[in-house]
Amino acid sequence: MELFDNLILGFSVALSLENLLYCALGVSVGTLIGVLPGIGPLATIAMLLPLTFSLGPVSAMIMLAGIYYGAQYGGSTTAILVNLPGETSSVVTTLDGYQMARQGRAGPALSIAAIGSFVAGTFGTLLIAVAGPPLAFVALKFAAPEYFALMLMGLVAAAVLAQGDLVKSLAMVAMGLLLGLAGTDVNSGVRRFTFEFNELAEGIGFIVLAVGIFAIGEIVANLGDPEERTVFTDRVRNLMPTKADLRQSAMPIARGTLIGSFFGVLPGTGPAVASFSSYILEKKLAKDPSRFGKGAIEGVAGPESANNADAQCKFIPMLTLGLPASAVMALMLGALTIQGIQPGPQVMTTRPDLFWGLIASMWIGNALLVLLNLPMIGIWVKLLRVPYRLLFPAIMAFSAIGVYSVSNSSFDIYLTAIFGVVGFVWIKLGCSPAPMLLGFVLGPLMEEHLRRALLMSRGDPSVFFTRPISLFFILVTIGILVAMVVPALRAKRATIVDAG
Amino acid sequence: MRIGLRDNKGFWSGLVFIGVGAATITVAVDYRLGSALRMGPGYFPSLLGGVLILLGILVLAKALKNPEPVEGRWSLRALVLLPLSLVLFGLLMERAGFVPALVVLVVGSSAAGEEFNVLEALLLAGVLTFGAVAVFIWGIGLPFPLVAGW
Repeated sequence: MELFDNLILGFSVALSLENLLYCALGVSVGTLIGVLPGIGPLATIAMLLPLTFSLGPVSAMIMLAGIYYGAQYGGSTTAILVNLPGETSSVVTTLDGYQMARQGRAGPALSIAAIGSFVAGTFGTLLIAVAGPPLAFVALKFAAPEYFALMLMGLVAAAVLAQGDLVKSLAMVAMGLLLGLAGTDVNSGVRRFTFEFNELAEGIGFIVLAVGIFAIGEIVANLGDPEERTVFTDRVRNLMPTKADLRQSAMPIARGTLIGSFFGVLPGTGPAVASFSSYILEKKLAKDPSRFGKGAIEGVAGPESANNADAQCKFIPMLTLGLPASAVMALMLGALTIQGIQPGPQVMTTRPDLFWGLIASMWIGNALLVLLNLPMIGIWVKLLRVPYRLLFPAIMAFSAIGVYSVSNSSFDIYLTAIFGVVGFVWIKLGCSPAPMLLGFVLGPLMEEHLRRALLMSRGDPSVFFTRPISLFFILVTIGILVAMVVPALRAKRATIVDAG
Repeated sequence: MRIGLRDNKGFWSGLVFIGVGAATITVAVDYRLGSALRMGPGYFPSLLGGVLILLGILVLAKALKNPEPVEGRWSLRALVLLPLSLVLFGLLMERAGFVPALVVLVVGSSAAGEEFNVLEALLLAGVLTFGAVAVFIWGIGLPFPLVAGW
């Protein structure tokens, strides 16, 4: 079987001592930083990315994937222990997880979250291994119009599913696309939006943008509105869930995994969608829905599995199409590019070691999470007690070193400072910056594919509607937008009717 | 509660989008526009600028009808001190070396918090700088001089 040969290749790459070490390091560092309040996976990856530059592409990606899972699990830990979701996908976990912690059942909540994540991760890994090759095969047939339409769909979906106002998110996507265009135009050699700065000839570094907006901007916002937290850490003994806990969690984990995998492959849907859907489903299926919100273990097991399956499956469009389905994947994509690898369907054939090694390492990373994190829970808990006034200067230091080390340029530091201010203003204005990062990464690609598509059709824009695959993506895009607008219209009409 | 224009976050977002869109088009007309068949370097940016203006108008119109207030405080102290510390870090990296740059960055950022304590900040700077030197300079081998001229 080819699948097994591939997986064996993957495991032989991922299980080399070196890569195993990087995977373990990534998972631990990711959890370490993910546990710290106020730093989501995005900021964590952006900050730690420079650490991976000196590694080869395979090790770098393996370590980054580890950081991603670690950070995500760290977010669940804070959700359960402090009632503070590190990111939107763990919001749901706070509902029942924190209640469990208050009842002295933090241990079982944490271990069920880890077990659920592991099961989901295993399934997700298999799904990538099975679905990846055929998808990449289809993607090899894509030409410029298909790529353009697909990116359009991804960006619109990202805007629709971002928090907050749809129109604002769409505008943020456009903003990101524009920022991505700064620098030398590959086609004409013209320097665009560089304002005479030579440092901008290569464009804006995506680490500069990500760190500025997601690390610095967040810190400024946090300092303005400090969060209050109570840590339930005194009694995290008894990690083992009881037999009854396991029995109650088995089906929610299975359902959560399926839901997460489904939403995972859709571009643009954040893990929050998956975990919310899972929670709602579990609550509907429960014999006694009133237990939810009061420490029901199903409310932890399902959503935690769903968000991990989602996180895992987000790699599918990235690895097979070279398109990021979330802001985190946009960072991963940037990391690949820095390593000199052009992401896309060809990666699987040109760099099978990278593709399959990464997939195998995902599974290993998930296993390491269970093995490393649960025994070390005491350390994570202590970290939760580090006061923010000591934390944020440390984040500043790491961010600055990280940004500077990319190209040893003080200009990048100044730009980061500017984006920090910009990021803060966006938070204040309720404009979600995640879609912007997606747009930023896709900007130059979209322009190039649009140019090629129009060249192919001799300037006729109908090319997007006459090719079946492209038409399909365009129709889905329109469908998403209409679906968003219609309920709003309906609601508006309803209020008018009621008022009249 | 009435929400004035000053506190209306949609109003300001809309203005920012329209402003950026307009600025983009103003700059992009200097690049060759080209045609759909042969897109020049100004084509896609102008297109995006137009989209941004349109969306900005939508946001603005919506905000005037259903205003939503800006929430929370503006943390002016952090908003000034954090970027300033970064800029100082950049300047010092080029002129004074890794150690002074990092110490200034850590102390400067600490001052952005409300529970600022000089002694504690200096101590933190010492610990973080030592850790960073150990990991990044001695460990990974980043080529930064610890103190310029030494």
